[in-house]
Amino acid sequence: MSTEKQGAKGAAPAVKLGTYAKNTWCPGCGNFAILNAIKAVFQDLIAGGTRREDIVVVADIGCSSKIMDYIGVNSFDSLHGRAIPTAVGVKLANPELKVVVHIGDGGAYAEGLEHLLFAARRNADITVIVHDNGVYALTIGQAGPMTPPGYKGRSTPYGSESTPFNPLELLHVAGATWLGRGYTHGIPLLKRLYSEAIAHRGFSLVDTLQVCVTFRNMYDYYNERVYELEGHDPRDEDAALAKIREWDYAADVQVALGAFLKRERPVFGDGFATYGGGIDVEGAVAEVVTALT
Amino acid sequence: MDSFSVLIGGKAGDGITEAGGMIAQLMNAIGYRLFRHVEAPSLIRGGHNYVIVRAHRQRISAHRDHVNVLIALNAETIERHEWRLKQRPITVFDSEAIKPAGLPASLHPFRTGIPVKTILEQEEAPPVMRNSAILGAFCKAISIPWEVLEDVITRYQPKKTELNLKVARRGYDLATEKLMVDLPGGAAQPILSGLEAIGLGLLRGGLKAYASYPMTPATGLLHFLARHAPRFELKVVQPEGEIAAMLMALGHAYAGERAAVGTSGGGFALMVEGLSMSGQAELPVVVVLGQRPGPSTGLPTYTSQTELEFALTAGQGEFPRAIIAPGEVEQAYAWSTLAIDLAWKYQLPVIVLGDRTLHDSSQSFDRGAVPKLPRLRQRDWDGAPMSDDPDLAYQRYLITDDGVSPLAFPGREGAIVKANSYTHDEYGITTEDPEMTVRMQDKWLRKGRAMAEELDGLPLVNVYGDPEATRTVVTWGSPVGALREIGELIDARVVQPVVLWPFPARQLEAALAGSERTVVVEMNATGQFAGLMRRHGLRVDGAVNRYDGRPFGVGELQAKVEGALK
Repeated sequence: MSTEKQGAKGAAPAVKLGTYAKNTWCPGCGNFAILNAIKAVFQDLIAGGTRREDIVVVADIGCSSKIMDYIGVNSFDSLHGRAIPTAVGVKLANPELKVVVHIGDGGAYAEGLEHLLFAARRNADITVIVHDNGVYALTIGQAGPMTPPGYKGRSTPYGSESTPFNPLELLHVAGATWLGRGYTHGIPLLKRLYSEAIAHRGFSLVDTLQVCVTFRNMYDYYNERVYELEGHDPRDEDAALAKIREWDYAADVQVALGAFLKRERPVFGDGFATYGGGIDVEGAVAEVVTALT
Repeated sequence: MDSFSVLIGGKAGDGITEAGGMIAQLMNAIGYRLFRHVEAPSLIRGGHNYVIVRAHRQRISAHRDHVNVLIALNAETIERHEWRLKQRPITVFDSEAIKPAGLPASLHPFRTGIPVKTILEQEEAPPVMRNSAILGAFCKAISIPWEVLEDVITRYQPKKTELNLKVARRGYDLATEKLMVDLPGGAAQPILSGLEAIGLGLLRGGLKAYASYPMTPATGLLHFLARHAPRFELKVVQPEGEIAAMLMALGHAYAGERAAVGTSGGGFALMVEGLSMSGQAELPVVVVLGQRPGPSTGLPTYTSQTELEFALTAGQGEFPRAIIAPGEVEQAYAWSTLAIDLAWKYQLPVIVLGDRTLHDSSQSFDRGAVPKLPRLRQRDWDGAPMSDDPDLAYQRYLITDDGVSPLAFPGREGAIVKANSYTHDEYGITTEDPEMTVRMQDKWLRKGRAMAEELDGLPLVNVYGDPEATRTVVTWGSPVGALREIGELIDARVVQPVVLWPFPARQLEAALAGSERTVVVEMNATGQFAGLMRRHGLRVDGAVNRYDGRPFGVGELQAKVEGALK
């Protein structure tokens, strides 16, 4: 758990970034892959000179949010659907911080959709990792925004009627500047995507197909359909949109994984970049009061 | 005369608010203290707008319903407000919009009609300059020297100043003197709205970020802070809604920047979940809550004091909070600084509970009348490790005697800062352990008590009028302006708690000692503060409640209070 103990074991080991919290995910849960991938990315960042103290995980509510208990970095467990505005506030307050949001599809695409679209619209410099399992797991198995029609859960015992929307297509239109899709079967790709997303300056999102083994085990389904993008140029916005539209999250087609889109736009909060501190507040207040005479 | 009032009225879109501001500056320039009450329906064009500017030799914070001068840009203004005019009523009006023959007979002796359209045509001036002609006539009618108007127009009409002056001079020359107003002299005072005073108080308290979605009566604070943001290096954000505003503010707080949000009841309803997280995660935030009549959309641009119980109980769970209700600009300024200091010292939400009347009325700001309050210091982590394990060197929720944990923020060397909306242990890791649940709940209650004890050392309750009188009027928030004056006119003491929560029981009991009849004045239907007093064992014998969305004027309230005190 501690860096000191690790230091005693050998030369320059990676900071372990664990905690004493007992892991309560189901055995086989896709969240383990996400945890291992993001910890490895954080370890690489720290090895590369990023201060451990400058990393912040902002979590939502649900199984995904437990991740913040399992990583020994700064963290803030916010409210359901509200991790994104929380993260935007953290980043505005201290632009030096690397802010990574862990959120489920329920938080990102249902309860907090307005925040997601506005963070993309503004190009807030945060990375959003969506644990997209297409089901409300911690509340024991209701249909969510990414659940395909026909799903029978306790809130839809006769089959869900609604069709998922394509979150990546929506975010492309909303102005996101980095979009990718990962899958919890295959940590190397997740590591690469998370690493690229965090390195990107601006709003980045990795929709991570995360398998819930208890309520919606999609391993066999995804294993037969996923493929990694090759020869795709993420800087080509039209090609990115075409690739994103290949799978609408409902149809039985191939499912592309990788980085779809990368583009540059001004970043939210850049206007505050000139702020340097050292204001004489009392003097400024007196000045404004006098000007109101 | 010590005091007089001017009403200017017309259609929305006629620039009534701006003209009212000019009248206030004219009074200010000749040495009066003033109060400016604006009444504007929730629309952009059409409808009736009016402003009452009341001038007084002494500091005032309320309007009177009766006025000495009526400035009418349309006939509706005369119809609606003729009742306000008493002896020697001065009427200044646009004689091309209102036929002089149509004026009520009582207004004839002292009327001053000006052909505004003709003046504008002859001077080739745009219609927006009509108010300059009217102001010229107004100044002449009450004998304000031309130089005073010239100076005010030059300062406050920076665009096309020359043409405005020409138009104003035409109005001035066409009018005749009807009244010799006193010119008290002395230095002009700053004129601040309640929201400007709150904003300046928050800035003085170290505000670094303000997140707000427009909603009357808090929008003025968003505008004011946005305008001055660069000067104060303030991060002003208008997010996608009130939920986001609250969560962004809490994100700022977690990262170490003092932040506030501003809204009214409907927006506050959306912030409540975040308010509760402020309690659980111990993240400081100041909520500027401007009251207006509800339920629901209610009367958007009018006033009320209906959210005290909402502010007291908002948020699931049991956590400490403070509610501060300033009544005048000087109080708003000083107590807003205290509000943000308090939030940061005790790491909890503090609500500054204002209303449309306090927020959007303007008044002379008397620096000498600003309450003297101490600055409170937040408890920062001194860097001493809290554990032998370096990962746990800093523990965000360390349990302490007074319940206050030392603060560190992400980026701080050697600190891993874990904030949590879930029940958590001292390090911030989620737990469902019953013992830890109780220890954290008790920690919050201890810091609430520590806050209450510290507050009790400050002047939480103001007493005006005769402190020995056996009849007492209790009020909170903006009605204190009218009652402070009424206390000088009748045999009564006036008691105003500024901090409503933690309930200032000791100081209120002292202020009410020996009172034989106690009446509570508030702008709601159910007597919310009176109920709070009764819950704390304080006797209430009567009430004056107003809930039509309009603020109390001095004269009308005096009659009601005297009736209730009998």
